[in-house]
Amino acid sequence: MPVKTLTIDGKPVSAVEGQTVLEAAQDAGISIPTLCHLDGVSDVGACRLCLVEVAGVSRLLPACVTKVTEEMEVRTESERLKRYRRMILELLFAERNHVCAVCVSNGRCELQNLAVAQGMDHVRFAYRFPPYEVDITHRMFGMDHNRCVLCSRCVRVCWFIEGAATKNVAGRGADARIITDLSQPWGESETCTSCGKCVQACPTGAKFHKGSTVAEMERDRSRLEYIVTAREKKQWIV
Amino acid sequence: MAQQIKIDPVTRIEGHAKITIQLDEGGNVANARFHVTEFRGFERFCEGRPFSEMPGITPRICGICPVSHLLASAKACDQILAVDIPPAAENLRRMMNLGQIVQSHALSFFHLSAPDFLIGWETPPERRNVFGLIAAHPELARGGIRLRQFGQEVIEHLGGRKIHPAWAVPGGVRHGLSEAGREAIRAKIPEAKAVALKGIECFKEVLKTHERELQVFGNFPSLFMGLIAPDGTWEHYDGRLRFMDGGGNTIADHVDPQRYDQFIGEAVEETSYLKSPYYRPLGYPGGIYRVGPLARLNICRQMGTPLADVELTNFKSMGWGAVTSSFLYHYARLIEILASIERIERMIDSPELASKQLRADAGINRREAVGASEAPRGTLFHHYQVDANGLIQRVNLIIATGQNNLAMNRTVTQIARHFIQGPEIPEAMLNRVEAGIRAFDPCLSCSTHAAGQMALDVTLIDAEGRVLDRVAR
Repeated sequence: MPVKTLTIDGKPVSAVEGQTVLEAAQDAGISIPTLCHLDGVSDVGACRLCLVEVAGVSRLLPACVTKVTEEMEVRTESERLKRYRRMILELLFAERNHVCAVCVSNGRCELQNLAVAQGMDHVRFAYRFPPYEVDITHRMFGMDHNRCVLCSRCVRVCWFIEGAATKNVAGRGADARIITDLSQPWGESETCTSCGKCVQACPTGAKFHKGSTVAEMERDRSRLEYIVTAREKKQWIV
Repeated sequence: MAQQIKIDPVTRIEGHAKITIQLDEGGNVANARFHVTEFRGFERFCEGRPFSEMPGITPRICGICPVSHLLASAKACDQILAVDIPPAAENLRRMMNLGQIVQSHALSFFHLSAPDFLIGWETPPERRNVFGLIAAHPELARGGIRLRQFGQEVIEHLGGRKIHPAWAVPGGVRHGLSEAGREAIRAKIPEAKAVALKGIECFKEVLKTHERELQVFGNFPSLFMGLIAPDGTWEHYDGRLRFMDGGGNTIADHVDPQRYDQFIGEAVEETSYLKSPYYRPLGYPGGIYRVGPLARLNICRQMGTPLADVELTNFKSMGWGAVTSSFLYHYARLIEILASIERIERMIDSPELASKQLRADAGINRREAVGASEAPRGTLFHHYQVDANGLIQRVNLIIATGQNNLAMNRTVTQIARHFIQGPEIPEAMLNRVEAGIRAFDPCLSCSTHAAGQMALDVTLIDAEGRVLDRVAR
């Protein structure tokens, strides 16, 4: 297995060919902020929070979909990266209706945690306040489009772990939204197996257990990891 | 020439408001109005939310009495589930409401209103505030602050935080009272009770020198409304509605709060964001009624606890049939603090408070529900309609302060007529007009929650009083 050597933040790192910069960094104990990345499913580079600087490349590259190369010099922290990450978060908050104080995921939200970690104390962009709906037609789960960041994690776990292919993305740009089957109420879906993997995968309060009240939505990501480990390593361990 | 006096903003109340006083040619008060100038919009933006989120969203209406909204909302949601919540959960909710009554009433009396009559109406405004009270009566001020703290800590020990605990949920509550919490509350009861008794003693002294205030601070017959226990005991969490007239006669009794809209109508005035509810059978504005401590004590037969019942007897001796002076809201408030502490004391040793069975579960079994409870300022109604999945279709909130709106207007007019004559108006006189509002302890952030067409009325008047232009929508 060919090995590539590179440096991340000046630290010499060796990685297997084909690994991404994000994986190499994580193996070396260097943390890079992520939102759309979820261990066990393919990456799509949607959120751009994992942007890094690579010597010799003028534009910023998303660490989750950039493969390691020999003698690559990666920087994960700089003023420029900080500025971009903050701006990305502010745009995410401005895009839909995120009201942490009354959200089911308050205190357990990846978007909220990222905002705290990146020092986002206010949003400089005008909020769009789009009139999105809540779908609680499903017997057990709910989907609040107001809190969706379009990371598409739910779509990927539905397709690539459960294999049900119920969830999808419709529309383009700011009008994109997560749909069920052919854009029908979740409760009327013929393909949904009610496995709940999409709910476990959601980073915000967009997908929740029906009846959840403020800050009550606890997710157990280890359930997803269990399935992924079992599939990839043939080991049934918790 | 006609003159208009503005008191803007009204100070030492919760929220934003102004008062306008209209003088006639002779310099006498023609009319006075209380205008609420803030706007919230909760009824509208809750539409489309899952009903289970309502006990989390609606307490955000207010930071003083979030518990009232939490409980009224949770009760409406219990109705949507059509469940009887576990008895332990009801008792825990009751205890939180008692803590809330203590803290909110303590704030109103000691922090906001006491400076008027304990430091003096004529004192310069710079000293006529809670800091002035600390300087002049340190013992009493400290007691008042500690009393409020006691109430807040009851809320914290139950709900995990003092303000906006998301603890009451559809079907019950999230967790019981810990042993440590129980200990902490029990330890503070004696001090809280002593302060409440001291406050009562102090206000009785005030009454001796405030004969005039007693007569003109909103002293008029009106209806009174509140929740009451089946045996006529003071109630704060559940029970049925009773309407009483100014002579102390019960005119409607055992009214299920679910049917509130058959008895209460809501009028909208152009000059205020605050709606004016009225007793429907008597129409608007004849159906003027008061809610809150004064009303609750008027309609009840007993407080149900020994010390508070002694005070209730004294309170009831101050009126014929019903106690009609709004200045006695303060006294009623202090009696309720005492009763709440006594009730907490009675509950605190119950093993039930540590029960694990605290939450009933069910689906959507009703499409429409009303949750009612007594907020510190009066009866609070949360009325929800949901679709088959539980998404909110319509919200109507009837807030205590709104129900006192007609009475507050009448009070400012009465006080202004008595104290203001001629164009020279000393600040101390205007403060008395404000103090009339303070007696009701209005919470304007709570009461201006509705959304819809903004009432707008601009009138352009020249020096001679001729109307030059008027724009209204």
